[in-house]
Amino acid sequence: MSGTAPTVLELRDVSKSFGAVQALRSSSLQVHAGSIHALVGENGAGKSTLVKIVAGVYRRDAGVFELDGDAVDFGSTAESKAAGIAVIYQEPTLFPDLSVTENIFMGRQPMGRGGRIDRAAMITETRALFSRLGVEIDPRRPALGLSIADQQIIEIAKAISLDARLLIMDEPTAALSGNEVSRLFAVARSLRDEGRALVFISHRFDEVFDLCDTVTVMRDGAYIATVPTAETTEAQIVAQMVGREVADLFPKTEAEIGEVVLDVTGLTTAGEFHDISFQVRAGEIVGLAGLVGAGRSEIARAVFGIDAYDEGSVTVDGKAVPPRNPRGAIRSGIAFVPEDRRQQGLVVDGSVGRNIASVIRSGLTRGGLLTTSAEFAAVQPWASRLEVKTNALDMPATTMSGGNQQKVVIAKWLATGPRLLIIDEPTRGIDIGTKAEVHRLLSELAGKGLAILMISSELPEVLGMADRVLVVCEGRITADIARADATPENVMAAATRSAGTDEEPAA
Amino acid sequence: MSTDVSQPDLMVAPSQQSRSQRTIKAVLGSRELAIALVLVALVVATTVRRPSFVTGSDGFRDLLLAPSILLLLAIGQMVVIVTRNVDLSVGSTLGISAYVCGSLFSADQERSVVLVLVICVLVGAGLGLINGLLVAFFRVPALVITLGTMYVFRGVLKNVAGSNRITAGDFPAGFEKLGTQQLLGVPVLTIIGLVVLVAVGYYLHTARGGRELYAIGSDPEAAKLYGLPVARRVVTAFVLCGALAGLAGAVTAARYATAYSGTGSGIELQAVAAVVIGGVAIFGGSGTVWGAAIGAFLLITINRSLPILGISEYWQGAVVGALILGSICLDRYLSARRARHLIEARDDA
Repeated sequence: MSGTAPTVLELRDVSKSFGAVQALRSSSLQVHAGSIHALVGENGAGKSTLVKIVAGVYRRDAGVFELDGDAVDFGSTAESKAAGIAVIYQEPTLFPDLSVTENIFMGRQPMGRGGRIDRAAMITETRALFSRLGVEIDPRRPALGLSIADQQIIEIAKAISLDARLLIMDEPTAALSGNEVSRLFAVARSLRDEGRALVFISHRFDEVFDLCDTVTVMRDGAYIATVPTAETTEAQIVAQMVGREVADLFPKTEAEIGEVVLDVTGLTTAGEFHDISFQVRAGEIVGLAGLVGAGRSEIARAVFGIDAYDEGSVTVDGKAVPPRNPRGAIRSGIAFVPEDRRQQGLVVDGSVGRNIASVIRSGLTRGGLLTTSAEFAAVQPWASRLEVKTNALDMPATTMSGGNQQKVVIAKWLATGPRLLIIDEPTRGIDIGTKAEVHRLLSELAGKGLAILMISSELPEVLGMADRVLVVCEGRITADIARADATPENVMAAATRSAGTDEEPAA
Repeated sequence: MSTDVSQPDLMVAPSQQSRSQRTIKAVLGSRELAIALVLVALVVATTVRRPSFVTGSDGFRDLLLAPSILLLLAIGQMVVIVTRNVDLSVGSTLGISAYVCGSLFSADQERSVVLVLVICVLVGAGLGLINGLLVAFFRVPALVITLGTMYVFRGVLKNVAGSNRITAGDFPAGFEKLGTQQLLGVPVLTIIGLVVLVAVGYYLHTARGGRELYAIGSDPEAAKLYGLPVARRVVTAFVLCGALAGLAGAVTAARYATAYSGTGSGIELQAVAAVVIGGVAIFGGSGTVWGAAIGAFLLITINRSLPILGISEYWQGAVVGALILGSICLDRYLSARRARHLIEARDDA
């Protein structure tokens, strides 16, 4: 272990909250010079928040943050950059209108005589960076139209050119092919050998074991353990990542499984997902698991008709659901609770009553006019049934907690009398107590014969709630696991199986 | 993406063209050339109809002189729009500056012309600073902020000026001469505009600050993650825009030898129109100040040509509107084609 090497980055008991949601409770991380340190944890464990604190995007609420032994506190990304920290984010952040070269050097272009940017030097250096990375990209082309993988390469070139002491890569390989990954690793190793410190975030364990010398596990915004990769196994890490009591949080009751409600066959959209086929039966909760970006939300959006699809068909109760037509999907009996509740699920400034009535509104008009009393009369039973905790239906939705907002969104759809409920990340950003209430609600609804397709990045939620788990990896369904057989290990394995490698990597 | 393992994943082959080939290709494919051609065609058509439009004693001079005020405003507006903002208050700023200019001279005809010009620019820069600070620190869209300051600035001017009108007699002859003077056959006011144009164009193309303005407009969130000084750059853009509107106010006073509470009302939208017609994306990030300048020339020339071409002047507004819609549709089409082309270039590699 690199215990003798100087410590470059030290975080101790760092915490950060966003409103009522505590993203980090007490996370710690110690990175040494000349080492590649893996940071692993489930989605939502707080890895990205931690990275953004180091990068100067967020300020921590409490805790120790030291760089080379000196306490630091970054108020902006410029400060962390000046301190020698380069960050590659999960989502590439490029300027689409500007050339690839300008994207790499923006803000620190080489200057020639008379305060002019030295474009020739800039382009020469870009070519040198690209040849070091082994890619051929025209330095003059705009960033617009580059694939995610190419954009990631640009981000990496940018980070290398910064000559940073500490390089943080937040899932840089998610969109890269095998070749690109091995090239990236070669560059990462040469940076390590130069004595730099690297932090590598990935869900692919084979990569973690291949590249990193130390691994830190996080769970629920807290530090769990740090071990040298040579002294641990994939199974141990997974156990540390998911090991928590899940029993009370998931009050799943047995429901009678009935007829097939949703039948999806051969659904394909180029570049998003391929040949997706599955069924959801009445009373059944099907969990759609996988990593962020695997294509789960895209599948749900296509089924509900928000996005077009190239091939395949969708039926509900044996009747075809028209493509690219959300109204048609609603008429077919599909309800869709989107991931981003505040943006897409609610009119946050509108009253609770009005939000619940919003989908059934046309049925409430009398002579073309809609009265608030008619709306409230129609929604009252739904609101009380879901125990939406609010004094009055005319309270604006924005004043409610995340959990109650989610109940309002669900109530809105139940008012349409759906056959199938698609729910994307049902409990994201909801505190633990209300999470259980949302789960109980889903369980009850399934018990009454509703078919539910639940997308979730939280493994315990999938395992605790679903009758059957479908795992999506890189746009394909890679596993269909019954509730009794589902374990964190086999779901994780199916979700991280990278395309092109058919065999499981040896741990 | 990860199909072929034996062959390295080539993305886009580096351009093999020489520097001159690239330049020619860039100019030929540019949006600026397209509207320059429209401008030339318009001038030619009008001249055929009435030769004095260009060849007459005042024809050539007016062709260059008339757009000088809008030229200054369009340059400033372009710098703001490229950062994904807009400044609707430039007409009011111009009015205030013109009135300040007139008041200074009517109080003392012996004042130095250069000093008055500097004061006008500073007044404009100060008003631009107010806009910039409000936009950068209140995080309210610039459209709303500058709509507000447009009315506030105009209201202040109306209060101070009342029904007072500064007329030709109040200005010293030396200042009025600026409006008609020529240097090698080119009006001095136009030369002022062209010097500003070249300076701003050079800055936007070759200075870090200039490139950062483009970056901010292209993706403000990414600019923050890059650690660019977003607030400072945006404030600077507004200050520059205000300063140029102040200069335009002095130019207006010199050209028309008059200033009152209504000077420059409505010209802010012409400035936005010139920028948009010139191919600058209204959501920032792309376009050049050259395009904006040609747009300003085209707008003014259209207004002067239509009557000669036998089109009623009542149609002028509609023609300008059609030109804006046409250039937006063209931009939309060209950028969709470009995006498709860039994606194909990637996939074919």
